[in-house]
Amino acid sequence: MTMQRRRAMSAAALTGAVALTLAACGSDDSGPTDGEAAEEVQNVLEEGGELTIWAWEPTLDQVVQDFEAEYPQVSIDLVNAGSGNDQYTALQNAISAGSGIPDLAHIEYFALSQFALSEALVDLSQFGAGELDGTYTPGPWNAVNQDGAVYGLPMDSGPMALYYNQTVFDEHGIDVPTTWDEYVQAGRDLQAADPDVYIANDTGEAGFITSLMWQAGAQPFQVEGTDVTIDFSEEATVKVAETWQQLIDEELVAPITGWTDEWYQGLADGTIATLAAGAWMPANFESGVPGASGDWRAAPLPQWREGATSSAENGGSALAIMANGENSNEALAYAFLEYANAGPGVQTKIDQGLFPGTSEHLADEEFLNAEFEYFDGQQANQVFAESAANVPEGWSYLPFQVYANSIFSDTVGQAYISGTSLTEGLQAWQDALVTFGNDQGFSVNQ
Amino acid sequence: MSAPTPQGTSTRPGRKQVTLAASRRASRHYTVERPRRSPLLTALTGIVLLYSLVPLIWLFVNSTKTQAGLFGSFGLWFSDDFALWSNVADTLSYDDGIFVRWLLNTVFYVVLGAGGATFLAVLGGYALAIFDFPGKRGVFAIVIGAVAVPGTALAVPTFLMFSEAGLTNTPWAVIIPSLISPFGLYLMWVYSSSAIPTELLEAARVDGSGEFSTFFRISLPLLGPGIVTVLLFTMVATWNNYFLPLIMLRDSSWYPLTLGLNAWNSQASTVGGEAIFNLVITGSLLTIVPLIAAFLLLQRYWRSGLTAGSVK
Repeated sequence: MTMQRRRAMSAAALTGAVALTLAACGSDDSGPTDGEAAEEVQNVLEEGGELTIWAWEPTLDQVVQDFEAEYPQVSIDLVNAGSGNDQYTALQNAISAGSGIPDLAHIEYFALSQFALSEALVDLSQFGAGELDGTYTPGPWNAVNQDGAVYGLPMDSGPMALYYNQTVFDEHGIDVPTTWDEYVQAGRDLQAADPDVYIANDTGEAGFITSLMWQAGAQPFQVEGTDVTIDFSEEATVKVAETWQQLIDEELVAPITGWTDEWYQGLADGTIATLAAGAWMPANFESGVPGASGDWRAAPLPQWREGATSSAENGGSALAIMANGENSNEALAYAFLEYANAGPGVQTKIDQGLFPGTSEHLADEEFLNAEFEYFDGQQANQVFAESAANVPEGWSYLPFQVYANSIFSDTVGQAYISGTSLTEGLQAWQDALVTFGNDQGFSVNQ
Repeated sequence: MSAPTPQGTSTRPGRKQVTLAASRRASRHYTVERPRRSPLLTALTGIVLLYSLVPLIWLFVNSTKTQAGLFGSFGLWFSDDFALWSNVADTLSYDDGIFVRWLLNTVFYVVLGAGGATFLAVLGGYALAIFDFPGKRGVFAIVIGAVAVPGTALAVPTFLMFSEAGLTNTPWAVIIPSLISPFGLYLMWVYSSSAIPTELLEAARVDGSGEFSTFFRISLPLLGPGIVTVLLFTMVATWNNYFLPLIMLRDSSWYPLTLGLNAWNSQASTVGGEAIFNLVITGSLLTIVPLIAAFLLLQRYWRSGLTAGSVK
């Protein structure tokens, strides 16, 4: 790749003209970088070295292979140290032991600020990452960008959509809901038509309900340095809690926990009729629910106000450079990171089914017109790309969200199994979080 | 009307008792080989048998199903497609045959860990049983105490120790802790003291045999059943070891089967991860086959006491 091309592209991206012209460049594209930085990166790559990466993203394997083939001086050890919380625990152990820290780590957006705040992550703006503004859609970019520092480059994103089982809806002659009130009604109608069919499954999942608040325009978590505000009393939050309360009270949601084998079975046999989840879901549908191929479709999320087009992010993750990584080669780590998450690696991952967070690829005709065989030929990426563009800004997670999510089922989750309401559960969650946050040295306001 | 009823009930049991007593008298000569049948005990044993076999049956039945078949059929019976062979082939070849690597790792850990643990337990147990030395009671107390401490409780301190020594994320972190088996030591101690008659050792000493050659040529064959028992225990413990490798190992190429299967299972709960429940189940079946084989092959060694009747 020549430097001119890189610079030309950075100019294009900065002026915001990200769209179709760039798609013509094909998979050889790279994210825009400052000219000098690019040169430095090139030198580092020629010099080579070793890197250790902890990640559970399956599509990264191919990216690493391609990268090593292109830069033979670089040798990368890609380690799956567990997914999600398992890996965070291992990472936290390595950080406190001060040894065995990987050079790069896969961290979900909700957990990023927890690691950033404990100074375990390297601020990437020193490598010119600040100029990647515009390369990514607002949701993922805001997630990695905190207080002017960039703590990782988005690996994937999860703009939400409503997946629904068309066959089940057709069978009972019920319309696919466009508002959450219609959603509740559709839940009632489905139950009335067939007691074995539920509109959704839910046993209380922190990531899901916070995404609904996000979509509703609520901002329950506000973070300014170590000043944290937790507030579940906003009108939008109350609306979410009250709507979802109806589904629980009337037993319209199946008591099946997500990601279990029972859940896959429910998605396959029509027990679970809809699923509001991120755009990463198709890959899991294809491998986990092969039997229901052709039944499912994707639609925009139901809305909190009729006629609105608001959406939210659900899940998604970044690759971050760890401070004190075992090979202490941050420049090389950034060179790989840029290749993988802003450069040619993005297309490699998309080809294997990952949903990207890069605006350029989300505007690519070929990407948008891709027909999903699983969704019976639907061009589902159009739904997802539109969703990505409609994510409200200003959302942030707590700097101790990993802990917060771990106590979710003890507090809010109680609403699903006992007589307490979601509102009471949220209050209990808030109380516990305020206590915890203050103990950890934050000053938490309610 | 009401009078005959109590009379009737009072006489009938009486007659029954007589017949019961008679039958008991008639078949009093129960032997060890031909014990008296107890329906209650038979039923209880049956329940326990069922309880232990159902998971195995489930495992076998479901390892014959495809991913789609798992969700579309009754759990305790076969689905239409019999996919056991393709499942086995997929299990062995998935992800560049990482399962075979995990299997070899496990065998490696078992041979070095369980083999070493048995060897040390035999040496120590024999010495404690045969020789008298000061502090023996103290050793006894420590061994008994160590049996009572669950390995799980020691995992985190062990991790910190190994971390200091720079041994975490290496096979040694799994093998070295497996070498210690207080229970095996205790078992060998007890077994040695009963299985090796002092007369035999005295005879050997009189004939001029050194302690080492006595141990290897005379005592070791006598300890056979005890050794096999300890070997089986330590093998099962090492083969099924989960928690220790979980905290020690990061690199999946050093995983034992237990961790590997768990990693496969958690793929289903990962965004973009491939759900491979059929391979997890088939992999689990393949994982227990060597253990079952070991039990079947070794049980005849440990069934009979070799010294029975050797000394009058």
